[in-house]
Amino acid sequence: MTQTTPDLAARPEQDPQHSGRLFFIVWAWLFGLSALSWLVAYFGISGIPRWSLITVFMIAKAVLIVAVFMRLAWERLALVFAIVAPLLALIAFISALNFESAYIHSQRSNYQGGPTSP
Amino acid sequence: MSTDLTAGPQEEKKQGLQLMADDWSADKRVFRGVTWGKAMMWVFILGDAFIFACFILGYLAVRETTTEAWPNTAEVFTLHVGGKPIPLLLIIVMTFLLDSSSGTMALAINAAHRRERKKCAALLLATVLLGLTFVALQATEWTNLIREGLRPWHNDWGAPQFGSSFFLLTGFHGVHVTVGLLFMANIARKVARGDFDTGRRGFFTGRRGRYESVEIMGLYWHFVDLVWVFIFALFYLW
Repeated sequence: MTQTTPDLAARPEQDPQHSGRLFFIVWAWLFGLSALSWLVAYFGISGIPRWSLITVFMIAKAVLIVAVFMRLAWERLALVFAIVAPLLALIAFISALNFESAYIHSQRSNYQGGPTSP
Repeated sequence: MSTDLTAGPQEEKKQGLQLMADDWSADKRVFRGVTWGKAMMWVFILGDAFIFACFILGYLAVRETTTEAWPNTAEVFTLHVGGKPIPLLLIIVMTFLLDSSSGTMALAINAAHRRERKKCAALLLATVLLGLTFVALQATEWTNLIREGLRPWHNDWGAPQFGSSFFLLTGFHGVHVTVGLLFMANIARKVARGDFDTGRRGFFTGRRGRYESVEIMGLYWHFVDLVWVFIFALFYLW
């Protein structure tokens, strides 16, 4: 039987009681992705390429851990959605405030050190 | 994976969204085939995720809004090996350690599903040892940085918020690792002693243990590794 990375859909009727080989593959992927993101810092890649590479590796690792190691890939959708939907909302929240901070930063640059109000 | 740890009732053949709609609208327990222990661990993890998200949110907010230069983490976290500077060496080693402990934990859960007592106990012990090494390295890192003058309110490399973010994020994560290790050592002892085979009652709850405890413990441990993924990327590498 060929082991592929399982999709996030719940398959309750299926029972993949595997040999543990899948976990070794995911383990190797985690090592590889960690090493790759470290290499981004090692070679000093900066700016947009750095942030996008690190984000891609980060999300890939997170999905592997949640789907395979935490076995969410084999749970029913009722549980999967209850867990994943709030987490996605959190990521949206963090991203939104991250964009907002660019505005705050520009305000500080413009007005800090300027004439103080009475 | 398999729900054989819970032995729920046979389900009709429905799939995906239809099954989810049925579960949520059935006027009874939603998470069918999931024991209360596992469901509550997921709820706890969700709550914990919100706490960590608040910390990461706060860290990114102060980092992006401060007009002072943010310290270069590649320089702050450099180790010298044979006179050669290697950036973030300790951090990548710690990441490998935690990833590996997640790997051994996943294998321990697999062994628990197969009721392989000795293999499960050995893998849990390996997880504990890897986690202990992680905590030890983190203590070393804190010691070094505090000696170099890192404080929650001041450092010599740039924006003072760097120190408060560092201590809050890594400190709270380190506490999670430490607490997890204590609980995992207990579970490893129970597995090794055969509590889950003989149905011996727990000293605190008086309940009979099941191999499912290993899987629930694993959920927590993988979550700790998951949080590190985000700290590693967003704090150390960003």
